[in-house]
Amino acid sequence: MDLDIDAESAAFRDEARDWLAEHVPRSPLPSMDTAEGFARHREWEAQLAEARWSVVSWPREYHGRACTPLQWLLFEEEYYAAGAPGRVGQNGIFMLAPTLFAHGTPEQRDRILPSMATGAQVWAQAWSEPEAGSDIAALRSSAVRTDGGWLLSGQKTWSSRAAFADRAFGLFRTDPDAGRHRGLTYFMLDLRAEGVTVRPIPQLDGEPGFAEIFLDKVFVPDDDVLGEPGQGWRVAMTTANNERGLSLRSPGRFVAAAGRLAELWREQGRPASVADRVADAWIGARAYQLYTFGTASRLAEGAELGPESSVNKLFWSQVDVALHETALDLLGPAGETDESWVDGYLFSLAGPIYGGTDQIQRNTIAERLLGLPREARR
Amino acid sequence: MKFTISPEQRQFAGSVQDLLSGADPAGAARAWARGRSGPGRKLLRGLADLGVPALLVDERHGGLGGDPVDLVVAFEVIGYHAVPGPVVESAAVAPVALTGGAARRWLPAVAAGESFATVLAGPEVPLALDADVADFVLDLRAGTVGEVRIAHRVRSIDPARRLFRLAPGESSPVDEGGRAFETGALAVCAQLLGAGQWLLDTAVGYAKQRSQYGRLIGEYQAIKHLLADVATQLELARPLVHGAAVAAAGGDPLLPREVSAAKVFAGQAAYLAARTALQVHGAIGYTEEHDLGLRLTKVRALLGAWGSASFHRARVRRAVAGAA
Repeated sequence: MDLDIDAESAAFRDEARDWLAEHVPRSPLPSMDTAEGFARHREWEAQLAEARWSVVSWPREYHGRACTPLQWLLFEEEYYAAGAPGRVGQNGIFMLAPTLFAHGTPEQRDRILPSMATGAQVWAQAWSEPEAGSDIAALRSSAVRTDGGWLLSGQKTWSSRAAFADRAFGLFRTDPDAGRHRGLTYFMLDLRAEGVTVRPIPQLDGEPGFAEIFLDKVFVPDDDVLGEPGQGWRVAMTTANNERGLSLRSPGRFVAAAGRLAELWREQGRPASVADRVADAWIGARAYQLYTFGTASRLAEGAELGPESSVNKLFWSQVDVALHETALDLLGPAGETDESWVDGYLFSLAGPIYGGTDQIQRNTIAERLLGLPREARR
Repeated sequence: MKFTISPEQRQFAGSVQDLLSGADPAGAARAWARGRSGPGRKLLRGLADLGVPALLVDERHGGLGGDPVDLVVAFEVIGYHAVPGPVVESAAVAPVALTGGAARRWLPAVAAGESFATVLAGPEVPLALDADVADFVLDLRAGTVGEVRIAHRVRSIDPARRLFRLAPGESSPVDEGGRAFETGALAVCAQLLGAGQWLLDTAVGYAKQRSQYGRLIGEYQAIKHLLADVATQLELARPLVHGAAVAAAGGDPLLPREVSAAKVFAGQAAYLAARTALQVHGAIGYTEEHDLGLRLTKVRALLGAWGSASFHRARVRRAVAGAA
């Protein structure tokens, strides 16, 4: 057992660090949930892609560097330590792309991945519906057969990035007579197609980070079905594990934030009142970092992510909230005005909800990891 | 980087597991608490036959020349089974603390499981565990090794932890540069992790067979969510303990930070496991007859031993913010 960084990975990390030091914008970009900020973040994606930093874990033929899970973790550490902009392309890159690699056709990969990697096309997720939140399989949006494709109708909501994104992915019911988890199909659709109405929803911070999507007989060609019709649930589960698991929330984000919190505590004269919480925030981030190193090592040995991705998600979502609460408490009256910590705090509050609430994660851990009996469900 | 247990370490843990699960460690712990050390000594001899106290002992003193990762692998199993006796002091601390003539004198017998150490380490370890069975005492704050002279016994919340106030005795200096304390605290972290895992496994097992209101209690989310939180905390504690062991193995100057992070977090996780296991069991877990109490009281005792959470949080802050 070791925590050594091999020479190749160290060189990769140093190259990333040098590039980021030179290229990360000196002042933060405007929020990606504004029209101007979205455009600026899209430009940043293009800049990353040009230097092959946008999708480092992807194969080389798709703008990637085919890097190992460990190298991906190192890249993310550097990325967050450098204070680089949030990833506007993240829904596509970390949720759709792994599903395309697992279930997509070569034609789909060749057509979709390059523009995703450069930010030329930004993807929104379209999972939730008004009556299908935690219980995604209760979704009602439907797709019916037509010449050469499908007509999609219904309503999606809480769709991250949909206010300004180009395309979206989600599940639609294609066989109303099949069981809840059967008869679902995974579609990729154009948000500018005829019949699509996007209504932005302002979030806690006032910016439209998510949106409602109304669909009225929106045509989607057969080429944009991901996996087999009727297999949507199974196909989507790949994506779910990626969002909860290693990909979406890299430890670098929390390690960097815990370091900034320790620095803030020092600057504020090391108040005793929050001293233990400052230590706990750092310890939690370190635990998560080491846990992901273990996961990366197991992935390198050929293991796959299973229900432990729920452990991962439950833990980081709580670490993130506690860390930011500590910062605001530490700031006292400035806790309502410090823009950077306030933004981080508001963002952290979404963590225990999206990608499966903490309560759903606990059910998964209890039933699939601990083997406790499933509760009666309709 | 390969941050996983090796197949050899997994196999080693399996051997310790096989030995202990067939040897009634709970019975040995209860006897030990009443001052009957026979069954406990038999367990400790079994561990010595597998090489546990020899792990960190140098080969020229009859040891195996293993590393702290091997040690935490063994101590997680030892904690799982609540093995009584001065195992941390003998298997983790003495091999690191003793050098030169003292090492030649004591370590071959320690490695063979024939001699036992007890330890004092300033305010963090003020009382000597199992001094009545120990052959020598290490005072890590004073930097000495010497004869054991018992002043009187002090009762612990964990009856199987027999604590003693010592009187001054003859001693000679040892020079270990602080590593012995870190290794002792590290072994305690692994014990806490193992105890926590037993508490979780046992509570999960109970929730799968106990019915109320016509349903297995493990079907209720009130129970499920408690146990899921314990599983999550333990899963995240383990890499901290392993990370600290890797730091100890590599002579990392950040060792105190890593050990302290592990002690705070593994302690919290094990304590959550203890409280949750008791709650899931209800009254049956509150009986002397049930093995749950052996871990609950040991976990509570180990939270304060080898540095409290406050002590270790302060060390983390010193490392990451330059002051406690």
